[in-house]
This record gives sequence, structure tokens and C-alpha cells, in this order.
Amino acid sequence: MVGGAGRLHRNGWRMATVEARDIRKSFGTVRAVDGVDLSTKEGEFLVLLGSSGCGKTTLLRMIAGLEKPTSGDVLIGGQVVNDLPPRARKIAMVFQSYALYPHMTVFKNIAFPLKAQGMRADAVRQRVEWAAALFGIELLLHRKPRQLSGGERQRVALARAVVREPAVFLLDEPLSNLDAKLRASARDELQQFQRRIGTTTIYVTHDQVEAMGLGDRIAVMQHGRVRQIGTPMEVYDEPADTFVAAFLGSPPMNLIEGKDCLVGFRPEHFLPKEAFPMTEAASVPFRVTRLEYLGADRLLYGVLERPFPEQKVIAKLPSTVTTSIRQGETHEFVVKEKDLKFFDRDTGSRSAPRPLSTQFA
Amino acid sequence: MATLYRVKRWLADGAHFGIVAAFTIFAAFPFYWMLITTFKRTTDLMNRTHNPFLFHEPPTLEHLRVLFYDTLYGRWLANTALVGVLVVVITLVLAVPAGYALARLTGRWGEQLGIGIFLTYLVPPTLLFIPLSRVVVGLGLQDSLWSLVLVYPSFTVPFSTWLLMGFFKAIPSDLEDAAMIDGYSRLGAFAKIVMPISIAGILTVVIFSFTLVMQEFVYALTFISPVSQYTVSVGVPTFLVHGDVYFWGSLMAGCFIASVPIAVVYNFFVDRFIAGFTVGAVK
Repeated sequence: MVGGAGRLHRNGWRMATVEARDIRKSFGTVRAVDGVDLSTKEGEFLVLLGSSGCGKTTLLRMIAGLEKPTSGDVLIGGQVVNDLPPRARKIAMVFQSYALYPHMTVFKNIAFPLKAQGMRADAVRQRVEWAAALFGIELLLHRKPRQLSGGERQRVALARAVVREPAVFLLDEPLSNLDAKLRASARDELQQFQRRIGTTTIYVTHDQVEAMGLGDRIAVMQHGRVRQIGTPMEVYDEPADTFVAAFLGSPPMNLIEGKDCLVGFRPEHFLPKEAFPMTEAASVPFRVTRLEYLGADRLLYGVLERPFPEQKVIAKLPSTVTTSIRQGETHEFVVKEKDLKFFDRDTGSRSAPRPLSTQFA
Repeated sequence: MATLYRVKRWLADGAHFGIVAAFTIFAAFPFYWMLITTFKRTTDLMNRTHNPFLFHEPPTLEHLRVLFYDTLYGRWLANTALVGVLVVVITLVLAVPAGYALARLTGRWGEQLGIGIFLTYLVPPTLLFIPLSRVVVGLGLQDSLWSLVLVYPSFTVPFSTWLLMGFFKAIPSDLEDAAMIDGYSRLGAFAKIVMPISIAGILTVVIFSFTLVMQEFVYALTFISPVSQYTVSVGVPTFLVHGDVYFWGSLMAGCFIASVPIAVVYNFFVDRFIAGFTVGAVK
């Protein structure tokens, strides 16, 4: 491991940025990717986040060269690579299925990209052992993929990706086949590993916890377009539109219809006035219709009362807030004015803050 | 109680053994029959008072002498092997790329085209040999083994294409994508990943095509007249049945010699064939 770390930063370890310029892909009449502009910074961990069918995997496959864009350009390291085959793009990819070669041992799987380059056998051995040590799979080198657990397979896939020192890593939901417990520790290892080698990484996931936890920046995608790109804090606290606001957060942001805009606030910012007697905060009467006790949090489902429209909202109280609230009761709740987000009613995009009194009479 | 279970288990094991033994005898009996008939004197074979499963007179090599010295059996074997090998090569060269293309590259049309190709396999040679004989004559291939080399792929290729299509479909395309990212072209990925994984399918195609060639009768009979160009399947019944006189010993010897190599190869790869046929069956 120690020797390995030195080799990681030796001369010749290439780094590159990835850029997509107005890239599109249609399958028949379906526009899978519909005009995406995106560029990574050097060494960045960029997450493409979206629900299934939003075009995130297609976008990744176009960057890899496995799909040909209908129009637009892909640039790697500042060079247009549209006409280069995948093998010439200096990338490595980890697939959701891991795509380990079932007829080869772990050693041969990891050695495969090196053999393709025509590397000498003793150099191959050295490099494979280094990559295996990096992921703690030295003892598995003689096994076949079917004799490995899910977590071990994932490590082999990562070792195979890292072994030839690519300029860019592309990861397509690499953790989704692991069970929940393993996923948390794999997330941690993956991030540490990426920080250490500092290779530009594009990571596709539909899991917002993974995206928030791993990404330097997150690109939130829907219907083949990037709705917002920013740091986890930016996309969570300052969503660009109602889609991003509703997509991130669990439960999602409450959106209330006002006179000429939508008013949004997060469930965890919606607090009982008794416990949080704040100034510069909007006061909202809230009738609780259902309670969920989740250990660390309490979720309160209910409806707003006059002067607000009778709309369903959710409040999330940490267990440290012990205010007694029962089903059927109406309590006065507050939201800080800076936590209120305003969106255009028609387009859903963010608009300027305005006094609540203009929205709800 | 324990004794009861033990008895039950003995009975179960006994039944198990009995079933396996019955099937083994069923499968091995034709070979035993061919073998014993090969070495039996004709008088021994024809005597109805003799137990047909045992020798009552000393064994003889006479039937083998007739087969190898009075007929061109050796030549027919060589002809069959030559045609078989060439047809297998042609079948692989055509069916492997076709099956791969149908499995991967043609999208929704792939499956329907595949079924269409398979349907051509169902047209029987008894219908086709008349038009095909015109083709063979037109090409000047009559009375030549090359006519068989040309015509046999017409039934081996469609079936093999369809079988291989099932195999290639069962291989996740992620594997090829990974190989292409790891440094190979699509062709390289095919050679390094797809071919080794579908070795069971390819072996199935080899054996299947070879067996079909060995047993084919209609084309071999109609396209070829010179005795020296006969295959085993035509030569043996033509020369060892005179009117209503059957040279049983030599007939059985001819069949036994031709079938043993295939049976041995088949048993050698039997596990892979089972994989082969089931993959084809459920796609």
C-alpha cells in the first residue's frame, strides 16, 4: 500500500478534464440526451444524478465512446474525441454489473487492459499486484469471478479500472449491487481512493445520498437535460428549479401554491414556534394529521390552515425537539425567511424572494 | 423409526440406481448389438435356437475382411471425414458472424430474421434435392464430393446460426463494452471475450454439423454415382444389401466403426453440450 501510493503520483500519471458540448442522443423518436453542456475540473469527482431513464447512463456511455452522439462534441483533456474508439480515450469504466470476464481468473481480469497494451509479462505481474494491494484483494487473484462475493467483485472491477492509470474514471452505479451496509463502507473507500489518486471521475447514480456524500459537484438530470450543476450544498440549499427542489431531500421540499409563485421550504426548516421562537420568520398554522416516529427524527404529515391554502406539507423534527405534538392538533409553525425559496409558477425556475403577505391573503 | 428411515433410504437409492442402470443399458445396447454382430459367424447369428446375446460358435473377422477388402469402406470413411471437416469449417465461418450479428447488431429485426433463418432449416431435403441437383449440374459438380460440401451448409448453417444466436444473446453486452474500453476493438472483444465464453455453443455446432453430414443420405445418393466418391451413409447400405440379402455382420461393423468416434467425442464434452442445448432452448 505504501509503495503503491508513491507510484500513484509518479510522473506520467495523466489527468484530464472531460467536457460535453451541446451533446444529444436520440434513439428513434426518444431523446435520451437532449443538449447537455458539462465540464469537469481537473481531478474532480462529478456525480450525474437522476432517476432511471433521465439519460445519465447514455451520457456516460457517450463520454466513454460506447454510444455515438447524434450531435455535439465530447472533449477529453481539451481534445475532441468524437471519432476515437473507447480504447483510445484513456478512460476506464466500472459497470453496474462489474462486467468481470467470467472465464478468466481475477489476476487475468486485472491484467486484461495491460495485456491489450502489449505490456511485458513481468511488468504486468508487478502492476496487477500493486492494483490488487490497493483494494486488498491479493488473496483472491487465483479465483474466478463466480467464486467472489458482491463486495469482492466490485473491488476487482475497480482494480481493473485503476491498473492502467487512466486519465478519467467513469463509474456507472458501481455500488447499486451491494447490500446497504456494505454500500456505506464502499462509499467511504471509494471517496478516499479517489482523493488519493486525484483522477477526474464521473459517477452515475440515482441515489441522492451517494451523490451528496461523494460528489465535489452534482449534475442533476431530468429528461435528458442537466437541470442544475453545483456543489452538494448549492443544489440542496439553492435549487435552481422545482424539479431539483423536489428531487433532493428526503422527504422532499414542501411546495405551496401562492398567488403568482410557488413557495418552497424544506421539512427540516419547518419547526414548531414553541420550541423555536424566532423573529424574521414566517408563522404558519399547521394541523397534524399523521405522525411517524423514526428514531432520530419525527415526521409530521398534515395540512396548512388559513390564511394559507389547505395543502399537504411535511415537517421533520429531530428527536432533540421534544415538543409534544399529537395527531389532530393544530400548532403554530415557523420557517426562517431565508429558508423560503420562491419559484415561477409556470416554468418552475427560481425567482426573487418576496413578502409572504403578497402571496397568501 | 430410525430403521424405517434407513429402509426407505435404501429403497430410494435402489430405485435411483435402477433407473440409471436401465437408461445406461438402453443407451449402450445398440453398441453392444453392433459389436457382437460384427464378430459373429453368420450361421451363429441366423440360428434361432441360439441365444442372440452370446457367442455359440467362435468369433470371426470375416465380416471385417469383407468390409475392408471387398468394398471401398476405407475410402468412404475418408470421404465422409473430408466432407464433414470442410462443412464444419464453412458452417463456423458463416454461422458465427451471422449469429453474432443477429444477436447484437440488428436490434428488433434480429430475432425475426433469426426465426426466418431457422425456418429454412425445416424445408426437407426430399423437397430440395430436385432443384438443387439442377444447381449442382449447372456448376459441373455432379459426381463430386464438392457437391456435398456446397449443399450441406444449406441445412447446417441455418440451425447453427440460430443456436449460436441464443448463445451470444446470453452474453451481457457489458462484457464487450468493458473489453472495448480495456483496449480492444469490437472484433478484438469478440475474439477475446465472446468466443471463449461461448465455446460450448461452438463445440455443439461442430458436433452437430459433423453428425448431420455423417447421416445424410438423400443428397449423397442423388448427386454422386461413382463408388469411389460415396460417403459411408450411401456406400454401406448400397454394397452390403444385395436384393433381400443383408450382410449383417459387415453392415454392423460399418456402422460401429463410423459411430464410435462421435460417441467418444460426445461423451468427452457431454457437460458442455447440455449447457449448449439448454442455452439455445430458453434463449
